[in-house]
Formats: sequence, structure tokens, C-alpha cells
Amino acid sequence: MTFPPIFFELFVLALGILILLLETFFEKRDRKMFAVVGIVGLAVVFLFLQASGPGASGMASYVVDPPAIFFKKLSVLTTIVVLIMSIDYADTIKRFLPADSPQAGLGEFFALPVLTCAGMMWMSSAIDFILIFVSLELVTISFYVLVAYMRRNASSLEAGVKYLILSALATGFTVYGITWIYGVTRQTNLVQISQVLPSISVDNQPGVLFGALLVLIGLGFKIAAAPFQFWVPDVYQGAPTPITAFLSVGSKSVGFIVLLRVVQAFQSLPAVGDKLITAVILLAVATLLYGNLAALPQTNFKRLLAYSSIGHAGYLLMAVAGISAKDSGQAVVVYLAAYLLMTLLSFLVLVIVSNHGGGDEIVQFNGLSKRSPFLAFALLVAMMSLAGVPLTAGFLGKFMVFKVALETRQFLLIALAIITVGCGFYFYLKVVRAMYWQPAPANVAAIPVSKLSLAAIIIMVLLIFVLGIFPQVALGLLPG
Amino acid sequence: MSLLVHLIYLSPLVAGVGILLGLPARRTAAIAAVIALASALIVFLGYDRASSGYQFLSSLPLVTEWDLKFLVGVDGLSATLLLLTSIVALASVWLAPKVQEGENGYYACILFIAAGAAGAFASLDLFFFYAFHELALIPTFLMIGIWGSGNRQSAAWKITIYLSIGSIVLLVGLIGLYLLPSPAQRTFDIVKLQQLASTGAFSGPGSRSVYFLLLLGFGTLVSLFPFHTWAPQAYASAPVPVTMLHAGVLKKFGLYGLLRVALPLMPAAARSWAWLLLILLAGNILYVGLATIAQKQLDLTLAYSSVMHMGYIFLGIASYNVIGLNGAALLMFAHGLSIAALFAMSGELRKQTVTLNYLDLGGLATNMPTLSFVFGLATFASIGLPGFANFASELLVFFGAFKNSTPGAGFNEFQVVGTIALWGVVISAVYMLRAYRAIFMGERQARWQMVKDMPLSLGWTVMLLVAGLLIVGLVPRTVLDAVEPGIRLFVK
Repeated sequence: MTFPPIFFELFVLALGILILLLETFFEKRDRKMFAVVGIVGLAVVFLFLQASGPGASGMASYVVDPPAIFFKKLSVLTTIVVLIMSIDYADTIKRFLPADSPQAGLGEFFALPVLTCAGMMWMSSAIDFILIFVSLELVTISFYVLVAYMRRNASSLEAGVKYLILSALATGFTVYGITWIYGVTRQTNLVQISQVLPSISVDNQPGVLFGALLVLIGLGFKIAAAPFQFWVPDVYQGAPTPITAFLSVGSKSVGFIVLLRVVQAFQSLPAVGDKLITAVILLAVATLLYGNLAALPQTNFKRLLAYSSIGHAGYLLMAVAGISAKDSGQAVVVYLAAYLLMTLLSFLVLVIVSNHGGGDEIVQFNGLSKRSPFLAFALLVAMMSLAGVPLTAGFLGKFMVFKVALETRQFLLIALAIITVGCGFYFYLKVVRAMYWQPAPANVAAIPVSKLSLAAIIIMVLLIFVLGIFPQVALGLLPG
Repeated sequence: MSLLVHLIYLSPLVAGVGILLGLPARRTAAIAAVIALASALIVFLGYDRASSGYQFLSSLPLVTEWDLKFLVGVDGLSATLLLLTSIVALASVWLAPKVQEGENGYYACILFIAAGAAGAFASLDLFFFYAFHELALIPTFLMIGIWGSGNRQSAAWKITIYLSIGSIVLLVGLIGLYLLPSPAQRTFDIVKLQQLASTGAFSGPGSRSVYFLLLLGFGTLVSLFPFHTWAPQAYASAPVPVTMLHAGVLKKFGLYGLLRVALPLMPAAARSWAWLLLILLAGNILYVGLATIAQKQLDLTLAYSSVMHMGYIFLGIASYNVIGLNGAALLMFAHGLSIAALFAMSGELRKQTVTLNYLDLGGLATNMPTLSFVFGLATFASIGLPGFANFASELLVFFGAFKNSTPGAGFNEFQVVGTIALWGVVISAVYMLRAYRAIFMGERQARWQMVKDMPLSLGWTVMLLVAGLLIVGLVPRTVLDAVEPGIRLFVK
């Protein structure tokens, strides 16, 4: 059974609208059921995506190549886990919404991530600046709402405003860059641009480079690369935790597929392509240093994960900078797959623990190994993987990034990365220390875990080990 | 037979997981350790020394385009180290004290450390060789942090951060090694890499930098001066089983890596960096040796001494001839047994007296005749008195160093450092005998009247370790016959 490739996005879009309608027609029902509808629907999409292969799309601005399919699967999986988290988080959401009915507002909270997912899936396939821009905005505008969702919580509102203003600014950079590129090449399609570039006159090269750098700035904002990272800590800390997870995994991943496609397109003209690579290297240097060093003193777990997400963007940029190596794209894909698992796992455990402790501070995790050995072990695995301990998925990602960087002789980046990996061990193990070394506060009960979350945690822990021990599974994510 | 090789690392690994899931901790751990020891012994004895080379190979291809597979097998060197690992692992499981809280976690961590070491020695693929060793990092962090003594938190941080940075340097070196040959020849398979070495695939321009990274990475893991500062504090603070495993076995991974990967593949680079290694190892012997004399506590003395003795092994490696490398390999085995025995007994002392400070102790031989006797034997072994394996191996190391001479040219750098190392034996004698006198001889303070001799379980375990030292010391051929053919393959 074959579908036109765009069917998947349309189906997800319809699913999001369906959840909105369900809210209207089944007002009395438990809203958490709507999330389950979303999860089931997305799971079906995932299965069909799994069965589908690359092929012609029949559209110039839209491709169905292996990376596109991979990133679509990644978006769908992320959304599923985010919905699972949202169910656990629903009680916290309710506290910060005007209470005209017990469950008001929850339906939209479950519908919006599904709509965002559709945007991410489009973005995965987009090879035309216009489509890239439109899908990027679909994603970003949904996030404006989601980040500020807890209306009565000042920090959520603050995060929303910050995200809105800075994101709009970044969008401005992107659009301005696109116009420059269009002005020189008369094209918005990346394939066409790549073909036209070698024939442009030398006088026009600075113009293209300027445009490309502006686009890089806009994308740097999306993937949280330093020095465009300043929105990350506050927004991550203020947003509802499932949305933070969504931002740090979903938004970042699709930012990287676009970045890869754009950087690749400009390689056809070395005069511009090489300078673009240099810019990416500089971004990587700043991002590695900033993310990992600033994470060292953090005491809030959500903020720690925010800085860690900046740090991981640095490793990913290292792989992008090595785009001339054969495995570069694969390194990005493997790293992101690992990043998805370990970050979502951390956030899921965070949501469950903070529901029963009342905060996101690392102190809340004190003695977790005694209160809930299972959750502590799951978070231990996530932290090991984030730090890059072998036989976990995170190590394989780092391994491939280092391999690509060595192949393309990025010695400065490698020397820096050695130091930042050491930093990473410190701040990730800080969480482990809290869980295992510190005594539990008195009179705290064991933490109940819902069946759905339990299943999600077990699956993610297993996947982290499977990817780490059998690298061929991870490499199979991006065939060819 | 290859199944037995898998059992050596799999049985502690599986038992560790089982214990975490709720199996009875102590019994399961002991059974797993016995199975591993039995398998390691059969593998060691069953290894065909006449035909040498890698034996009992079994592989599971994973990534064909990288030529990455899970390849397991042994040669004489790894069979010896696997035997050492399982002996020390059994001893440390046996000696593990009664744990009030989280007993399952305690035993699981010990088993994971043992499995990590065994897996690294059994792997013949760069990826898993590296990965298994790192597997032991997190359990060590947890063990020292939760069940350690003294300044445990800072010790745990220090060892973890130090070793993680050392490992990542090593990782970059190993990836560099993988990338050295032409793309069609690249492989993670150590057996194939060693065959490739003879075609000159690793003598290109990058080989010197790659060897430097490997030396730095492996060196940090073995506490090569000046990257040794993680070791003393960690060994003094860690629970006894962890110290036994780490100082006795896990630390040998770096040396094993040099012998298995760095030297055979890049002999020219190894020779060109020998001067650096010589300077650093002289630091191990002289600087750390003097620092050892300054220690006022038994656990710190032992911890520093274990750093110092690495200098001799490095000397054997730097000499790069059959006799020196033989000595290095034998000393890895001997040091593993002797330091494990010493730490086991110091753990018993601490349990009874709480303090290990020399000023507080004294005259304990009256209460602990057996312990003081066995401790004396282990002390002699550690100094390197004839009859113990340490003597045989240090002798070979010195011969190896002196053999690197240019006829008629006077003393060269090898002989200078060899002479320093000879003085190191005197340094060892000073601090070990001083420790012995301070603890077991002289006036006994009244408060130690209730101190009892060591329990039978500890007695048997330590006797086993010392007996191993004696057997190999009197008949060094038991180990050398297994190790030497492998060394002769790459040293011409």
C-alpha cells in the first residue's frame, strides 16, 4: 500500500484538528483520553513511515530522501513521548489555568504538539527556502502558545514573551538572508541554488555569503548554538516541562536537517562554502565552550538540561563542520537519535519526580535511589548516555562525531571537545551523586509511575543500550 | 573453548544484572566469580603455547562497512591477565564486608567492575576493548561515593573526571589509529591491524601524533607521572574490593593497551617517544617513591606504592626488547596479586582499629600472628625479594633496560633510568619495612588489646594470592611461556 508522501503530514494535521474537535464534542470526557488518541494516531503514522521508503515526491520543493524519512520518524516519536509526558504533567498545567471547568484548556495542550509535529515533518522534507520558512513558522508559532501555556505562572509567561521576541528576530534574519540569496541566484530552491552557484560572478559571491550567514544566524537560534543561545536557559526553565523537552529535541533536530541541507547546497561553490564551514566551526567552538562551561554551576535540573542541550548542539555542529566527510550526515543522524532518547528520558523522569517533590531543583533528586530505584536507574542510564559512557547510545554519537572531526582534521575542535566531555562528566554525574550518594529527605513516599510512562521509560532505556551495543542498528537509521 | 572465554566476562556481567533485579547478592556474586575463575584457569592452561598466536576466537560482525565486530579471543598475555582478573575478582567478592544498606547494589558494582576489566582483556576489537574498560567507570564512581571512607566525595570526583578525560584522549587516539591506513584497509579488528602493521600502514606521518595520544591516554589510566594524582586518594578512600580490583587489575588496562595496540602497531613511533616515557617513568619511581616515604598512613602508603610500581612496568615497556617486555608482562601479573593482598589485609586492619595512622598503631603482631606473617610475606613480595614473582619480573625489567646499550658509548638514557629504578627498590624497602615496623612491631598500646587475628575467610583468600606469587616467583616460566611468543611476534 503506497500513499503520496505528503499524506503523512496531512494525516497528522487532521489528527491535531480531530483532537481539537473532540474537545468540543465530548466536553464531559476525561481530557487525558485525547492525548491517548493522539498517541495512538501518531503510532499508526510511525508504523506507516517505517514501512515507507524513499522515492520521488513529484514536487520540486519537497523531497522524500532517507534523511527526510528519518527526521519525520524522529518528530513523530518525540511527539509521542511529549504527549505521554503531558499526561503526567496535566495536573500541574491545571493549577496555572483559570479554572472555569476542571479540565479547561487541556485539550488544546494535547492538540498543539500534534500540529507542531506536522510542521516538523514538513520541515524534514523541505528543500525550498519558501517551504522551509513556512514550516519553520508553523513550528515556531505553535511553540509561542505552548511555551506560555501556563497563563497564571509568571515564569511561563516571561518565557513565552522572551521566546516570541527573540524568535521573531531570528526569523527576520532568516528572511533577510533568503532575500539576499534570492537576489543573487534568482532561486529559492536549494537544488537550483546549488546548480546556479558555480556560475555566479565573483562580485556576487559576498552577497551570497552574506545571505547564507544570515540564514545560519536564524538557524543558529533554532538549534540553540552560541552566541544565539541566550533565550534557552530562561525559556527552558519557564516553559511547561513537556514543552521544554519538545523544544530541546524536536525543534533542535529539524533545525539540524535544514542546516545540513543549506550547508550542503552551498558546497558547490567552494569560495562561499568554505567560509560557511568556517562560520560553522566558530559556532561550534562557542557552543561547546558556552554550553558545557555554563552547565557546571547549575543547581536546577531543567536549567542544567538547557545548558546541556546547548552543549550537545556544539557536538552536532562539529559533525556539520565535517560535511566533506562521508559519514557526516550519518553522524548527525546517529547523534540526534541518541540525543532524543537520552534527553526525553531525562525529562520524563523529571516530570514524574517533580510531580511528587514539587520542584525542578537537583536537590529534589536526593536519595532517589532509595525512594524509587527504578526511576533512579533510568535517570542514571540517561546521564551516562548524555555524558558519553560506552555501550550507550550517547557514546556512539560522540564516537561518530570524533571520527568525522578527525577525518576532516578539525584539531582545534577535537582538543576543545576533549575538555568539554570532561566537564560533561562532572555536571551529569552531579545528578547521579544526588540520587545515589545523598540521603533521602525524611518522610517522602515512594513515587508512583503510570503504566504508560513505565512502558515508555523501559523502552527508552532498552533502546539506549541497543543503540550503544549494536552500532549497526543506529547506522541503519540512515541507509545509503 | 571459546565459550569459556565468553564466560569469564559474561558471568559477572549477567550475575550483576541478576543481582540488581533481586537475586541473593552474596551467593550469586560468589558463584559467578567462581565460574569466571574456573573458566579463566581452563583457558590459561588450555592455551596452546606451542602454536602461540590468538586462539579461541569467536566473532559477531556488527558494522561491515567499518569492519567493526564483536571479536573475542586470547593470546598468552590476555589469558594471563584474565586469570589475574578472575583471581582478584573472586578474592574481592569473597572479602566484601557485610553491607547494611543497598547490598545488592554493592555486589553488582563489584561484578560490573570485574566484568569491565575481563571484557577489555578478552576483546580483540578496538571498539569493545575501549568500551568494556569504560564500563567500570560509573560503578567505581558510585562505590567510592556511597561506600567509601575518609574524603570519599572528592576522591570519587577526582578519579572519575581524571579517568574520563584520559579515556577520551585515548578514544581520539584510537580513532586516529583506525583512520591511519588507507580507507579500504581500515578495521577495528586488532588481529587484522597487527597483520597490517607489517605492511607499513601505520608508519605514515600521523603515526607519531597518534602514538603520543595513545601514550597520554593509556598513561593517565595507569597513573603515569604526572597524571597519577587521582590514584592515591581514590585507593585510600575506596571500599576494599574496589581498591583491590582497580589497583590490581583495572589499572593494568592501560599497560595492556600499550602492549597490545600501541607497541605492535607503531614500533617506530614507540621508539621515537621512548625518551618522554623514560622521563615520566623516572618521575613515577623517584618522585612518587619519595612521596610514598612521606606518607603516615598505611592505606596511602600502599596507594602511592602502587603508583610507583607502575614505573617499573613502564620501564620494561620503554626498553622495547623481549626480556624487558617479558618482565613488564610478568610484573603486571605479580603486582596485581601483591597489591590486592596488601589492600585486603589493610582493610581488615582498618575494620578492627578504625585508624591506619602509623603513630596510633604498633605491636599488633602479638594479637595478629597470622596476619602479620602473611602481611610480611606480601611486603617482601612488594619490595621484590627473591622467591616472589615481583623479584623475577623486576629483574627482567632491569636486564631489559640495561640491554639497550650502544657498545663502547658509555651509559645511555635507558641505563641511567635503569639505575634510578634500581635505587627505587631501596625506596620501596624503606617505606614498606617502615610500615611493617610501625604497625606490627614495638610497643602495643593498651587500646589494641581486643584486636583479633584475621578471620579464616580472609586468611584463605590472602594465602591464595600469596601462593600465586610464590608459585610464579619460583617457576616464572608458567607465565613467561605463555606471554613470550606474543611478544616475539612484534619485537625482532
